[in-house]
Amino acid sequence: MTAPDQLASFRPDLLRFAQLQLRDDGLAEDVVQETFIAALAGIQDFAGRAALKTWTFSILRNKIIDAMRMRDRTINVSALAVEEDEFEEIFDALFKANGHWLPGHQPGGWADPEATLEQQQFWTIFDACLNHLPANTGRVFMMREFLDLDIEEICAELKISTNNCYVILHRARHGLRGCLERTWFGAGEGSC
Amino acid sequence: MLSCKESTHLISESHDRTLAITEKLSLGMHLLICSGCRHYHEQIVFLEQACDQYKAKLNGDRDPS
Repeated sequence: MTAPDQLASFRPDLLRFAQLQLRDDGLAEDVVQETFIAALAGIQDFAGRAALKTWTFSILRNKIIDAMRMRDRTINVSALAVEEDEFEEIFDALFKANGHWLPGHQPGGWADPEATLEQQQFWTIFDACLNHLPANTGRVFMMREFLDLDIEEICAELKISTNNCYVILHRARHGLRGCLERTWFGAGEGSC
Repeated sequence: MLSCKESTHLISESHDRTLAITEKLSLGMHLLICSGCRHYHEQIVFLEQACDQYKAKLNGDRDPS
């Protein structure tokens, strides 16, 4: 397989990754194209296909960050506020006035999470749950978990406070957890 | 004493920053006595694992060829 052929074979995964981050199919296409151009220009001898893929992905990651910077507003700050209000209402409803879980909402255990990671169907659900996060909350989560940016970098990029960042990530994790529980693990036994 | 609501925030933040000793102690104590939050904590850890593995799948870190 020639290098260009190998690069072409990565296209679905590169595109998926870019779409998850950017939530814009057109922009994702552009970024993947730019990645191919950069990869072809700078290609070296790779011992294996795996190494080439990892290297190509690191180019893609940087292109995604550049694309986020160049967009007028990566994160719609007022939309974030709306997402926050909607979340707070739902979140608060899970707790008693004193801040403890309401009996029906206390998290139960999940059956065999380790085994779950081996199941192909789970990853389809996981992907759907990632996409189900409110758009702006999801983007922040992606920056943290998939682009491996640290909190300072995210705050600097988006011009939000550290505390705001923590709150958004909490919201994202809570939302993702809830989605997986509803769609995969099922409501566990709530016991005090 | 930490409430469950506060605990969920600390659980999430523990993945983004180092908790202060007092925070670790408060959270640790709360998790000892609250099974709901213990489950929540486990599930957030699982989420992190799932994200890592999903990233690896897309990146081809486990590419057999």
